[in-house]
Amino acid sequence: MARGELTTRLRALLGTAAPIETTPDGVPRVAPRTTAECALLLRTASADGWRVRVTGAETWTPPDAPADLFLTTRALRGAGLVSAADLVATAETGVPLDTLRRAFADHGAWLALDAPGAPGRSLGSLLATATAGPLRAGFGLLRDQVLGLTLVTGDGRVVTVGGRVVKDVAGYDLAKLAVGSFGAFGVVTTVHLRLRAIPRADQTLVGTGRRDAVLDVARAILAGGLTPAALELMSPAAARTDAWTVAIRLVGTGDEVAADRAAVQQASPIPLVERTGADAAAFWQEMLDGGTAAPVTLRAGALPTGLEDALDLVALHLDEAVRDWLTVTVPAGTLRWSGAAGPDALIRFRDAAAAREWPVTIERAPWGTCLRLGHFGAYREGVHRLVTGLRSAFDPAGILVAPLSGNP
Amino acid sequence: MSALPHALDAVSGIVGPRWVRRRRAERETYASDGLPTLHALPAAVVLPASREEVVRVIRVLAHHGVPFVPRGAGTGLSGGALADPDAILLVLTRLDRILAIEPDDRRAVVEPGVVNARLSRAALPYGLQYAPDPSSQAACTIGGNVAENAGGPHCLKYGVTTNHILELDVVLPDGTEVVLGSPGGEAWGPDLVGLFVGSEGTFGVATAITVRLVPLAPAVRTLLADFDALRPAGEAVSAIIASGVVPAALEMMDRNCIRAVEASIYRAGYPTDAAAVLLVELDGRTDAAVADTAREVEQLLRAAGARQVAVAREARERERLWQGRKKAFGALGRLSPDLIVQDAVVPRTALPDVLEAIDAIGQRLGLTVSNVFHAGDGNLHPNITFDRRDAAERARVEQAAAEIMEVCLAAGGTITGEHGVGRDKLRYMPAMFDATTLGAMRDVRRAFDRAERANPGKVIPVHACREWRTGGWADGRSSDSTASPSAHPPTRPPAGAVSVEGGT
Repeated sequence: MARGELTTRLRALLGTAAPIETTPDGVPRVAPRTTAECALLLRTASADGWRVRVTGAETWTPPDAPADLFLTTRALRGAGLVSAADLVATAETGVPLDTLRRAFADHGAWLALDAPGAPGRSLGSLLATATAGPLRAGFGLLRDQVLGLTLVTGDGRVVTVGGRVVKDVAGYDLAKLAVGSFGAFGVVTTVHLRLRAIPRADQTLVGTGRRDAVLDVARAILAGGLTPAALELMSPAAARTDAWTVAIRLVGTGDEVAADRAAVQQASPIPLVERTGADAAAFWQEMLDGGTAAPVTLRAGALPTGLEDALDLVALHLDEAVRDWLTVTVPAGTLRWSGAAGPDALIRFRDAAAAREWPVTIERAPWGTCLRLGHFGAYREGVHRLVTGLRSAFDPAGILVAPLSGNP
Repeated sequence: MSALPHALDAVSGIVGPRWVRRRRAERETYASDGLPTLHALPAAVVLPASREEVVRVIRVLAHHGVPFVPRGAGTGLSGGALADPDAILLVLTRLDRILAIEPDDRRAVVEPGVVNARLSRAALPYGLQYAPDPSSQAACTIGGNVAENAGGPHCLKYGVTTNHILELDVVLPDGTEVVLGSPGGEAWGPDLVGLFVGSEGTFGVATAITVRLVPLAPAVRTLLADFDALRPAGEAVSAIIASGVVPAALEMMDRNCIRAVEASIYRAGYPTDAAAVLLVELDGRTDAAVADTAREVEQLLRAAGARQVAVAREARERERLWQGRKKAFGALGRLSPDLIVQDAVVPRTALPDVLEAIDAIGQRLGLTVSNVFHAGDGNLHPNITFDRRDAAERARVEQAAAEIMEVCLAAGGTITGEHGVGRDKLRYMPAMFDATTLGAMRDVRRAFDRAERANPGKVIPVHACREWRTGGWADGRSSDSTASPSAHPPTRPPAGAVSVEGGT
């Protein structure tokens, strides 16, 4: 179907007032305003075989991804239904993260999630990539904050799981499948989130030095039985300094934070500088902003005891001069890197990591790289069949453009 | 001719005849789990001793098309580990090795038959623990915990089972071996570990489980607050959570439960004239910090209407208070021949209204309903004591259970927070989920198990497909279930509409 015809068809489906525009490449881009509109679009796309690329603020999806239609969540902007007493919220996935944070703060609540990228990235992009930031150390991943969601499958069915309660084991946890699957199973339109009361005390301690010296600080803190809200290693580029940095964030009541601060200071073999308030917030945000400055962002899941090796692998395959943005959540053994390496270097890095049983996820990259490497690359034996079966079940016509596994 | 005898002969050759239980009396031992109202006699009980044996047994069963039900210690409370006469019960308690404890990476690798409390004991010398602590932790297995996504009192602060599982070695129902997740817990592809946890044995059998361990808190205080009504106790829960304090545990017991505990060998010193007690556990780095937090919580409890607040500092005092809570189900079991433990979750702020409604249901139907539950999570456990030999009473129990679910759903809650759907809650699934969502769940199941031979007839009421698709009431119980049908299906209110930009 010609693009002009497709646009006409979209207007017939959604009405003449529907938010439909055309990208510079001439691809129609439509912004469904409701879950029902999203379902109608995907049902039609599935029946007619339109390839659909799902986007949000378009900071994480490659703009050159081939598709007949771009479906953007921009018009799904409901950020309401915050219950401060129950510490839960319901939001639509086109809402920018910073808008959500303000809405939650107005209720004295906080989403314990920071993620690399601009503050205005959409909630949907977080769900698609399952990106986590330093707070993963203390509060887990995004999936741990998601209580339920509404997913429109690739063939336009509306699936609703979970809700505004903090525990729920009724049926299969399809939210886990949707979070971090790069939109391969459908479009998440609404999500229920677990909130926390805004911490009464929030303190950051920062130390600098050589790479292995700051890693030793992190290890010493863990050996002391502490699990800070964040315990992050940063490359010089990520911390915008000329040395490696270890940053520790402590949150809780004033008494708790004071006790933890004393324990951290005691455990650390190097002096740590205290940062508080707006200064600390700016420190963390500047680090996060750098996560999308270069064309490729990836994460690798190692073990805390394997981090020297993981960092050596990055230096060997991706960033010999140690100039790139790189951060490590030490308690989780997770490494995030952003730079400009090409597909061959990325494949070599991923192969070396796979030999150590460490998964490497390409969170964002130019389309050609995404297509060749896949977001996840080769799965472990037997898993490909499961993922293929699940994709067929949720997107039987295969219209959703989401290269999960690679094509090297 | 049935393939079952041939399959059993082949299985016997793998695990040895001693570990295939075929006599009726032997099978009766496994005919129920922790839910006494359901009963099913498996064709045979098979107890493999190793991953290799599990793989070979499952391949034989796949070859012969024989259904099977994985089972741990059988402490589940939803009839999830029951096998019908055409199915094999695959008991995994002999796979009980702790394969590794790696303190520097704060993780452990265990076989599915390892008992929950044993893992925490093994981690203790390293200053670590396995955090999910269901009340049955002295008996239940990690494999069962994974199947049910088990919780426990300390999950309020530390999270439920799914938050602690990093990697799973799984045998799929066709005998294929796969590894889900990764050693450090980073997903390797879509989050199949998160999907598997809580799938109630319908996706296959986990033969090795890598779990996260968390440090033990050096300082702990346990507070006991008593109230002369349920409502202020429920309101105190919301006040504590909203204050920003995150207790390690926040549990509630009502009068019936308090009296049952105090009349048993598990007596903990709870005031028997109280309408409710709250147990609040606080932990942290130093005694001074925890003591300060305890003072704040005490003020919140008193402001909400607590009559007295006692603080247990010493380990022995705390253990006594917790013994009463953890053994409450045992104490309640003394009151009558049978006990069913219900499980539902409501928003925390709905607790006062829901507790009063449950009390009214019990009174109207002439039943004793006792509540002991994870108040901080809004996770209710109404317990109904009864005598199953009394058919009329049993019918009232079934009605009460259905009405309680209806109240919880109407409050915006869910039909299970940690016990699972199993067979018991199948009948409520169409009230929780629409036909499309149930259909999607079935699709997911079939991606793991096309023939639906693993734990058949559980979680999704597939046999009632036509009924639920027409929007009517579906009774998804299999034909041998001994539970009575519910009087009325509960209904769930439509999800609230999300307001546009800015919101409410």
